[in-house]
Amino acid sequence: MLNLLIIGFAASALAPFIYKRTKNYFGWIAASFPVYMFINFILRYNDIASGQIIRESTNWLPALGINFTFLLDGLSLTFVLIITLVGSAVFLYAGSYMKEYAQTGRFYLFIGIFMTSMIGLVLSDNMITLFVFWELTSISSYLLIGFNHHKESSRKSALQALLVTGGGGLALMAGLILLAQISGSFEISSLYSLHEEVVSSKLYPAIVILVLLGAFTKSAQFPFHFWLPNAMEAPTPVSAYLHSATMVKAGIYLIARLNHAIGGTVLWQDTILVVGATTMLIAALLSFKQTDLKKLLAYSTLSVLGILTMLLGIGSNLAIKAFFIFLVAHSLYKGTLFLVAGTLDHETGTRDVSILGGLRQYLPVTAIASLLASFSMMGIIPLVGFIGKETVYSSILEVENFRFLLLTLAVLSNAFIVMVTILVGLKPFWGKFLPLPRTPHEAPIKMLIGPVLLSVFGLLSGIFPNVFIQKLLDQSTISILAEELGITIKLWHGFNFVLLLSFVTLLSGIGVYFFRKKIAHIINKMSLSRSFKPSFWYDRILNGTLSFARLQTKVLQNGYLRYYIIFIILTTLGLAGYALFNIPGIDTLNINYEITIYELIIGLIIIASTLLVVTSGSRLKAIVAIGVVGFCMGIIFILYSAPDLALTTFAIETLTVILFVLVLYKLPKYLKLSKPGSKIRDAIIASGVGIFMTFTVLLVTAGEMQSELKKYFAETSLPEGKGRNIVNVILVDFRALDTLGEITVLAIAAIGVFALLKLRLKEGDK
Amino acid sequence: MYSVILSTASRYLLPLILIFSIFLFLRGHNEPGGGFVGGLVAAAAYALYLIANGVEEAKKLLKAEPIKLMAVGLALSVVSAFIPVIYGRDFMTGIWDKNEFPVIGKIGTPLLFDLGVYFLVLGIVLKIIFSLAEEYNK
Repeated sequence: MLNLLIIGFAASALAPFIYKRTKNYFGWIAASFPVYMFINFILRYNDIASGQIIRESTNWLPALGINFTFLLDGLSLTFVLIITLVGSAVFLYAGSYMKEYAQTGRFYLFIGIFMTSMIGLVLSDNMITLFVFWELTSISSYLLIGFNHHKESSRKSALQALLVTGGGGLALMAGLILLAQISGSFEISSLYSLHEEVVSSKLYPAIVILVLLGAFTKSAQFPFHFWLPNAMEAPTPVSAYLHSATMVKAGIYLIARLNHAIGGTVLWQDTILVVGATTMLIAALLSFKQTDLKKLLAYSTLSVLGILTMLLGIGSNLAIKAFFIFLVAHSLYKGTLFLVAGTLDHETGTRDVSILGGLRQYLPVTAIASLLASFSMMGIIPLVGFIGKETVYSSILEVENFRFLLLTLAVLSNAFIVMVTILVGLKPFWGKFLPLPRTPHEAPIKMLIGPVLLSVFGLLSGIFPNVFIQKLLDQSTISILAEELGITIKLWHGFNFVLLLSFVTLLSGIGVYFFRKKIAHIINKMSLSRSFKPSFWYDRILNGTLSFARLQTKVLQNGYLRYYIIFIILTTLGLAGYALFNIPGIDTLNINYEITIYELIIGLIIIASTLLVVTSGSRLKAIVAIGVVGFCMGIIFILYSAPDLALTTFAIETLTVILFVLVLYKLPKYLKLSKPGSKIRDAIIASGVGIFMTFTVLLVTAGEMQSELKKYFAETSLPEGKGRNIVNVILVDFRALDTLGEITVLAIAAIGVFALLKLRLKEGDK
Repeated sequence: MYSVILSTASRYLLPLILIFSIFLFLRGHNEPGGGFVGGLVAAAAYALYLIANGVEEAKKLLKAEPIKLMAVGLALSVVSAFIPVIYGRDFMTGIWDKNEFPVIGKIGTPLLFDLGVYFLVLGIVLKIIFSLAEEYNK
């Protein structure tokens, strides 16, 4: 499975290059990638369905217990199949939809990285690996929401999504680390046998809160829901894929995955239940104010995410079954409807539902796909959404406390969802035709296959549930609850109370649709003060942080290089000096070195050049003198037989002088502006550092250094690292990870320098 | 400040310094040298050319965008770390070919990693120098 992920990342990285050469039919090439993944995993379907669990492990950092451990069971297979199936539809669709955008190659790069990381996320058994993929999905989501980066609203929404999900990600990491402290291992599967220990631990409440913070922010649960509607700034294929079918379900996946390991307590179940139910209701109510196709869909997605969370909170066997069916149904119909919304936008030039209508004669195929998906979303027989809604109701009927309240809320929210569906899925095709910005045509084939495929899948799994989802359901519930349910999914349960509830939902939904303007009026009147809106608090916190940062910048980074240096040096002196003088043995320092004639000469040259730097009246002279100091340092390295260091120092010094020369002519004329007072201050600080460094070096070299490392590297460099140069072997082999980190930082620093220079140029232009 | 002597000299010095930088890079595993210092020396070669002939000429000679060199370098290093994983070994394990090649010596993933460092350092230094030089021209 790791190889598949590596292939995935490599293919994503190549996407922009392939796109350049094959623009017109790239959609097909791109779609072959999720299809390939889909085939790879569907081939293991029979193994998984028969109860097998496939586990693969490759060492990453075995010493820390961090490994690429992947686990394929019912739950992860279900998610992988959803990810790759919807992915195939979306990749193909985007081939046509994204044509008008610049940088489409980049789009495929981002979405490819996203898909691969999402697959990695649901397969990971190691918590750290899971976390890495989790963050990768947040980052690729950020890049995709901000894809139209010339628009400020895009950038703002992208940042909002990143800050909310990224902040939750940090909480999640803390929670997972606490969890690993109890279990002693980062593998999730190792937690199963330790359930009692985890639950009774003192850290348990903290773990639950931290893990759930991560899950709720990712799955846009109340009060973190506000980022999802704003994320609709992304191109429509992204909304269809990330923000309805896959990424927003990552949080729910995590809850489901950990349920068996750390769930089952009152704290866990009730928190999830209450948050889920709140999200379900609030999102349904908020959808009223919207007229934009995608916003409407976003709020109904939120509501569904709330229902899914609530079902996990109920946690009964039936609720888990409902969770599973609803999850599959939602991914299929919401993916379709988003793609249909994209088609409408593409073909008519508007996403305003109040003017879209009567388009079925222009887009007949899209209309049929939309009809199927809408019926599934409304819960009309024989689509899979119908089974989903039925099971949701019957699982609520089993709840002991607050059964009636939950049921009312669920029916109410579902009625609102029905209303949204009529607005989004049916009215544009069957309503009254109104003049549009563009004359509509049927969408191109690439934009038809996806919606049709997904909606037909929804129909088939509704009619033949035992063929399509029964086996996976059994295995998934084992992953979530650790027991098999033995409940079969049926389309028709006869005329009973649950069916009645479905009818009530449908009818009240249609009722709500016709009275929607009046209801919207009432809701608008009720609108609460803004301090109740979570987004208000997000803005306040963000603005507060930014103004604090500005204040801090004003004090610490006032634009004068000399003050920066003073700050840095004084801080170092203060902190390190304090530590140094608290070390015993500072008074017994015996200075007893033999100085050779070379060292003496070099030392004198260094002192002389330093004096020249300080007193010189010309910049060029000062720079050359600094260069001399640098080269002398290099010679000292040679004297102490460290040729590698010397070589690098020489190269660096040369380049530094070149850099100085390049900026030299830019600088204003050399003037003596410093007052005597500040000169004395600088002299004191400078000598302070000098004395401090001398002491440090003397202290460090005074004692005999006992290091096993030196011996180890000297002995193993040739046999294991295949090199005689120990320094280089350490850099590129033994400690290559450190080097990788360092060169990454260097690259970022270079981009920073470039950005700074360009920024200055722009100001100059004004 | 165009100097015919420096300009002409830089044309002959550039290939020599570049060869020296490759030499430094290749001997790095056994003698002092390596990707980092090799990249620095190569950057110095272009910097000399830049001083002699101006930033436009230096850019033309380099052909590739420095930022692309950085990207290629970083990618090479990351890829070299994942090659052992494909072979079923631990992440970042050094894998060496048994044979020794003339001039290059032994070939293995650490060498590829070092090559990445070489390109990255070359790209970074040139990016900064080019940016500064362009600003000076304006």
